[in-house]
Amino acid sequence: MSTATHVHEEHHHGPAPGLSRWLFTTNHKDIGTMYLLFSLLMFFVGGAMALIIRAELFQPGLQIVDPHFFNQMTTVHALVMVFGAVMPAFVGLANWQIPMMVGAPDMALPRMNNWSFWILPFAASLLIISLFAEGGGPAAGWTMYPPLVLQTGAAFPYLIFSVHLLGMSSIMGAINVIATILNMRAPGMNLMKMPLFVWTWLITAYLLIAVMPVLAGGVTMLLTDKYFGTSFFNAAGGGDPVMFQHIFWFFGHPEVYIMILPAFGVISQIIPTFSRKPLFGYSSMVYATGSIAFLSFIVWAHHMFTVGMPLAGELFFMYSTMLIAVPTGVKVFNWISTMWKGSMTFETPMLFAIAFVILFTICGFSGLMLAIAPADFQYHDTYFVVAHFHYVLVPGAVFSLMAAAYYWLPKWTGHMYDEKLGKIHFWLSVIGVNVLFFPQHFVGLAGMPRRIPDYALQFAEFNMISSLGAFLFGFSQLLFVYIIFKAIRGGQQATDQVWEGAEGLEWTLSSPPPYHSFETAPEVK
Amino acid sequence: MLVNFFVRLRSVITISALLLWSACASAAYELNMPVGVTDTSRSVYDLHMLIFWICVLIGLVVFGVMFYSMYHHRKSKGAVAAQFHESTTVEIIWTVVPMLILIGMAIPATQVLIAMEDTSEPDITVKVTGYQWKWGYEYLDEDIQFFSSLSTPREQIANAETKGEHYLLEVDNPLVLPVGKKIRILTTAADVLHAWWVPALGWKRDAIPGFINDSWTVIKEPGTYRGQCAELCGKDHGFMPVVIEAKSEEDYQQWLADMKGEAAQVAAAEAVDREWTQEELMSKGQEVHDGVCASCHQAGGTGVPGAFPPLVAGQVFNAPEPMLQPLREMGFLGPDNTIVMGPVEQHTQIVLKGIPGSAMQAYAEQLSDAEIAAVITYQRNSWGNDTGDVVQPSTIKSAR
Amino acid sequence: MVQAHGGYYVPHGSHWPIIGSVGLFLFMLGFASLLNGGGAFWMYAGGAVVIYMVFGWFSTVVRESESGTYNDQVDLSFRWGMGWFIFSEVMFFACFFGALFYVREYSVPWLGGESRFITHDLLWPGYDAVWPTNGPGEIGGEFKPMGAWGLPALNTLILLTSGVTVTWAHHALKENNRKHLIWGLAATVGLGALFVILQAIEYSHAMHDYNLTLQSGVYGSTFYMLTGFHGFHVTLGAVILAVVLLRAMRGHFTPEKHFAFEAAAWYWHFVDVVWLGLFVFVYWL
Ligand code: HEA
Ligand code: HEA
Ligand code: CUA
Ligand SMILES: [Cu+2]
Repeated sequence: MSTATHVHEEHHHGPAPGLSRWLFTTNHKDIGTMYLLFSLLMFFVGGAMALIIRAELFQPGLQIVDPHFFNQMTTVHALVMVFGAVMPAFVGLANWQIPMMVGAPDMALPRMNNWSFWILPFAASLLIISLFAEGGGPAAGWTMYPPLVLQTGAAFPYLIFSVHLLGMSSIMGAINVIATILNMRAPGMNLMKMPLFVWTWLITAYLLIAVMPVLAGGVTMLLTDKYFGTSFFNAAGGGDPVMFQHIFWFFGHPEVYIMILPAFGVISQIIPTFSRKPLFGYSSMVYATGSIAFLSFIVWAHHMFTVGMPLAGELFFMYSTMLIAVPTGVKVFNWISTMWKGSMTFETPMLFAIAFVILFTICGFSGLMLAIAPADFQYHDTYFVVAHFHYVLVPGAVFSLMAAAYYWLPKWTGHMYDEKLGKIHFWLSVIGVNVLFFPQHFVGLAGMPRRIPDYALQFAEFNMISSLGAFLFGFSQLLFVYIIFKAIRGGQQATDQVWEGAEGLEWTLSSPPPYHSFETAPEVK
Repeated sequence: MLVNFFVRLRSVITISALLLWSACASAAYELNMPVGVTDTSRSVYDLHMLIFWICVLIGLVVFGVMFYSMYHHRKSKGAVAAQFHESTTVEIIWTVVPMLILIGMAIPATQVLIAMEDTSEPDITVKVTGYQWKWGYEYLDEDIQFFSSLSTPREQIANAETKGEHYLLEVDNPLVLPVGKKIRILTTAADVLHAWWVPALGWKRDAIPGFINDSWTVIKEPGTYRGQCAELCGKDHGFMPVVIEAKSEEDYQQWLADMKGEAAQVAAAEAVDREWTQEELMSKGQEVHDGVCASCHQAGGTGVPGAFPPLVAGQVFNAPEPMLQPLREMGFLGPDNTIVMGPVEQHTQIVLKGIPGSAMQAYAEQLSDAEIAAVITYQRNSWGNDTGDVVQPSTIKSAR
Repeated sequence: MVQAHGGYYVPHGSHWPIIGSVGLFLFMLGFASLLNGGGAFWMYAGGAVVIYMVFGWFSTVVRESESGTYNDQVDLSFRWGMGWFIFSEVMFFACFFGALFYVREYSVPWLGGESRFITHDLLWPGYDAVWPTNGPGEIGGEFKPMGAWGLPALNTLILLTSGVTVTWAHHALKENNRKHLIWGLAATVGLGALFVILQAIEYSHAMHDYNLTLQSGVYGSTFYMLTGFHGFHVTLGAVILAVVLLRAMRGHFTPEKHFAFEAAAWYWHFVDVVWLGLFVFVYWL
């Protein structure tokens, strides 16, 4: 078979029939769809756990679950949300969008693309199985600090192996993204012409490859400490439990930017579209993303101010953490300047994007407060921290995902979603999320520690409000699912450009786009 | 200069905000970080408020511009999009200005941090040890040592009784400290990580097994200050509060004297040489069991499947093999994983030394001879266990 | 990038990835059951499935490669992929090296009284912090550390030589000298195997004569984890090179296109460099 005919034949293949389409596919759109649906499912699984947490915390006293199970819920909720919902969702977006945005036929390494997705359901299964293991599931927090995590029962190896698999999947996904961006761009699409979403993903992928192996190494040490008698985290053998924290956060801090940089990318696509005005300060946005990524490697110990580091260490990590406010501020200012003197309309994606900018900035402020080491001695391990990171993760990362879904759904399905329902979904979400997380700032400052199933009476009112917000926010997401499936099944036909102000290669393709995105490379001027 | 400006600005805004807050404070809940009763806590509070107000100010400017733009530059109002999209000058401005603001924040933060590090020349040194799930306090220069655990009744937690005012923030033996003295606090842990935290002192410190952290405090006002363990330490992490009673120097001295006197009495009562009656052992044993053992093995000795073995002969314990093996070796596990009452000597050894590599810790240091004798007697003769064994404190003493 | 765009090979659906996932899943379930005191059957079964998958997947790729399916752009994708994969491996080792530096620079001196003398005075009085150490609890009992100038030095020499032989093979390939290519590769594989054998001898020596085991405190932990993972990577690298050797013997590769060879060589050099780090920081200093 000659090369030419082979390729020719490939390109005119549509999707394979039945289940094998999904199991064996090497198509970036199919894989992207699977990533997105998987992450939506995991969002509900993790969300259901969060609702158990909030239900228990509705009132003081133990009502629904016992403390050990509560800790399992906290732990698995976080792991499922971080590794099962948010990260795969962004990889799903990358799969759908990057080839279309750079003008490629598909991802660079299509078979590996399939594998990096198909590891995920198995990894998630291991994690869920662990909940049913003898002695209960992992309950030492998503941070898995030893020695506590070493007290886990039969669930322990499932937890560790699940993290290993999740890491493999992320690394393969990231390698694919980098290879696609560096090698598959259409002629003329030089680096400084790439859409910002592509840029942020390029840098995110780099972060992923740099830190996921470190997490894998760290949990491997946990495994050998528990089962093979090593002493990495045991002072009697010359090790140090705090060393795990250093390893974890060397991974963990870049990890939180892994969850927010692609979100920055999404927002940088949406705001110009609905402002009908080019993104302000494109190149400074790129440099800011790069600076954030660089700084993210040297700030990790701001999660560990209270472990008793030497003064010089505390100061170093305090200063470096504060510095991150600068490039992040540049981003915020550029978004606002993009809106300035634009011609704005407020469709659902834009609403989510604006909420993102505001609520993310609020989270950034609480982050900055946490960065002040002496003040963190008070904030650390309280609900103030819980409020901080949920503001970045829910109205930050998750809102950007919802914005992205509304923004690109017409392109993906060929149908407009129901704008009215979308707006209702937005307002329910934005109210719900603030009722849910804003009061947590107060209880945290007033002294409520995190990871507790029961609390003193002075925290009762705000916890109740927060729990009500959780149920409002949680159940509003059922509407989101309804809107998505409605748009998949039908609706007003979307044009190629979809949005009046949209620019970029993906909008030159039909809606929905052909099975292989760009069979012949477009010319980019 | 910038700092000064903000400090002054802050005081203006703080006053107005305080008025607002005092209105809320009348409703019995707190919205903000407590000001506390030490110089440290006060400077931390000031720092917190300083950063907070700077952020509020930046937020007002940023969101103000944004909302202005959203209102005026909308298509429905006929706005036509401008096409500018670059300006190196403004990029430099909004890189440099935040930089300066950050420097303004970093200076006071550094000062507070440096002041907090100085643990030299303490008047009193207390070693605080975290256990699952209680605190141990040791006055290093006084030869006083005791444990402090939650005293909220289980019924309140289970919602069977109305909750008291200090629900979950009350302990049997509070840490007693004098006011006006520099107290050096050494934190460490016996099993897993904990963190010792009383908000009124202005800081928390992790308690790390195998390492010791030191911090210091000078409490200004007598009173009772409550806090909690602030590092996830397992099942009862939410149930190991810290309570400090700060007393005037005289009261503190009085307390010391009492403690030493009381300690002597307790020692007499528990004189290991005395023969204890079975009733005495049983009632003390129940106290110890419910206070110490029940958080895992449960008050009825039923244990938790897969995690904590039952103490009742005949009950089945299903758990991973590495957990079962030591039990079997010591004679506490019969066929089909049923619990049996193994030899009393082994029972003693388990309580004294714990089971390495499991959650069962060594109680030799934590419990007295009499307490161990009592709890073993109690466990071997309760819930249908009928070994009839009566263990005397003297036996434990020689078994140590 | 420009010229070959339309000809970029996007394969048919492939069943290998899902087989690999199932294999990994079974392997991990089985391993977990083994660690929890159960049987190891599923671990072996899963391992076999993974090996089958690797074999099948790479056979497909080799077949496609030999039939000229891959244009230069595909080749470049592979290069980026392999490069970043090696970078991820570097970070994995960095984690363990980081642990080694941390215990040597921080935790052990602290336990011995440096800068945190309270810890030393109250908890571990009498502990003398000199590396190598199994900690104040003397975990694992008395042991002797592994010196640098016996087998490890010899192994260094072996790996460095193998780096030369693989380069020699590469030059031969580029000059289309098949005989030298095969000899160079064979020598590299042989040296790799020799390295692994000597390492095994060293381990047995350490365990039996020196009482140095994985349980010997942090020294034992870092020693065996670092050298163990390295040894595993050498084995893997040698297997990859052996496959390349077999392919070379079957006449695969041309002086212009031989990415598989280069990938194997990159990997081998990476393993080599890691060893140098090990030799300096684990054995020597
Ligand atoms: C997407 C995730 C995400 C993001 C983006 C961030 C962003 C930041 N985070 Fe957050 N963080 C988390 C996720 C995230 N964090 C999580 C999950 C945890 C807890 C983990 C756990 O313990 O379980 C955590 C915990 C955490 C801590 C530890 C708290 C503790 O445990 O005691 C700290 C401390 O420094 C911190 C700081 C910061 C800072 C300074 C930023 C900065 O990047 C924010 C920068 C942004 C701004 C500042 C706003 C915009 C800027 C301007 C408008 C310019 C002008 C502003 C100024 C000059 C002030 N974070
Ligand atoms: C991306 C990450 C992410 C996301 C999206 C969320 C989302 C949410 N989180 Fe989570 N959370 C974390 C990451 C995240 N969290 C992390 C890292 C921790 C720290 C863990 C640790 O301490 O170790 C944490 C901890 C944490 C705590 C603290 C627990 C403790 O300290 O003990 C709480 C408490 O309120 C909480 C609540 C919530 C809620 C209410 C949501 C909501 O946004 C969820 C919205 C709810 C839904 C979407 C549910 C929808 C479900 C239904 C409508 C029911 C129907 C169900 C089915 C059909 C299955 N989270
Ligand atoms: Cu002790 Cu939490
Ligand atoms: Cu961080």
